[in-house]
Amino acid sequence: MSHDHSHSHGPGEACAHDHGHDDHNSPEYIQKTIKKYLMVGGILFGGTVLTVLMYYVHIPSVAITIAVALLIASVKAGFVAGVFMHLSDERKMIYGVLLCTVFFLIGLMALTIWAMHDQPFQTMIGGKPA
Amino acid sequence: MEIPYTVKPRPDTGLYNAKLGIWLFLASEVMLFGGLFSSYILLRVGADLWPHGMLSIPIGTFNTFVLIASSVTVVMAWANLKLGNPGKFKFYMAITILCALGFLSVKSYEYYVKFTHYDVWFKDDATAEKYFKAAYGEKGPEEVRELFVDRFHLHNTNAKYDPAQIQLVGHIAGNPLCTNLKKLLAAKQETIKFTADPPKGSHEHPHEIEVKLSDVQRLSAYVPAHSTFFAIYFTITALHGLHVLGGALVLAYFLFTVDKWWKKAPEQFTNRIEVGGLFWHFVDLVWIFLFPIIYLL
Repeated sequence: MSHDHSHSHGPGEACAHDHGHDDHNSPEYIQKTIKKYLMVGGILFGGTVLTVLMYYVHIPSVAITIAVALLIASVKAGFVAGVFMHLSDERKMIYGVLLCTVFFLIGLMALTIWAMHDQPFQTMIGGKPA
Repeated sequence: MEIPYTVKPRPDTGLYNAKLGIWLFLASEVMLFGGLFSSYILLRVGADLWPHGMLSIPIGTFNTFVLIASSVTVVMAWANLKLGNPGKFKFYMAITILCALGFLSVKSYEYYVKFTHYDVWFKDDATAEKYFKAAYGEKGPEEVRELFVDRFHLHNTNAKYDPAQIQLVGHIAGNPLCTNLKKLLAAKQETIKFTADPPKGSHEHPHEIEVKLSDVQRLSAYVPAHSTFFAIYFTITALHGLHVLGGALVLAYFLFTVDKWWKKAPEQFTNRIEVGGLFWHFVDLVWIFLFPIIYLL
């Protein structure tokens, strides 16, 4: 992230801070990324097939079934965010925004899980203990 | 009035403004869907019974492939603009929009199938048994119980088998959309013709039976009011579907105005495609989690 580059220049325009090897607007670089996009597309298709196949493989533990399904989904999401959304090579400002989002999302999920364990031990119905 | 648009990245953020804008928007979207996902977890963990196999996995898988394909084509459209090739951009963007329409059509079909599929609960066990036998023959109660156990994965959980919850599942003659007992009675209907679903392990529908509405306790299509499962399913997938529709409209606008924009402001247009594409990838990303959670787990 420390190197100075940009995705945001117009077509065919030379990068203002051209470092040669990381000129993200050169036709060669774009051609290379196109190959990467197709490869990631293939990985995502494969990941989907794997997720569906896992459904038909009976895993006795519910926890493991959920963990495997979410793991495959997370890997797929990682490829979409990292490559298609260029997050693997982005500006600090965007990482900052996402760091806040991740913090609050984790907070949201943690509060949900906390709420599930915070059950009242004596339920009241009509003012009397049930 | 012309709204000023800066193509060059700002020196302080290193980004052009629209890109920072879309990321802030996507951050809020993460929280929106995050709230619904956490509600899903809370509802599911708190439920005594949670149905399985209510949605078609082949259809869900097909739609996942369609969205992934559209994510690839939208990024290809953007890359081709970067290469200065608006012709190829049009080709890839058109495929993206076709994929979006395909996704929405399949989703609408899925909704239609749910809106015409019914559960019928009877007033008491003896009445229920009478109808189960009418639908499936002497072994009727056992067949219906099998379907019930299968739906709620009772062989896999500690949940108790509750005869009061058992219902007859199938279609009403004429395939009415989203009707219920109140509406049928208001229409002065006294009976319905009902075709129950095939018994477990078979694809053959049993013969049609006549059901007296005076015997029915509750009758519901697979609509949000049917159960917690369908309430959260329709909430999340409909919100996601609206995102697909909104994204497709914006991308279609880009496709139809490319010639004008490419002449007038190619850099600004390329940036717009990147921003639109980022939103589109996010919609795909949400589905990547939705599909296993709602269809498979």
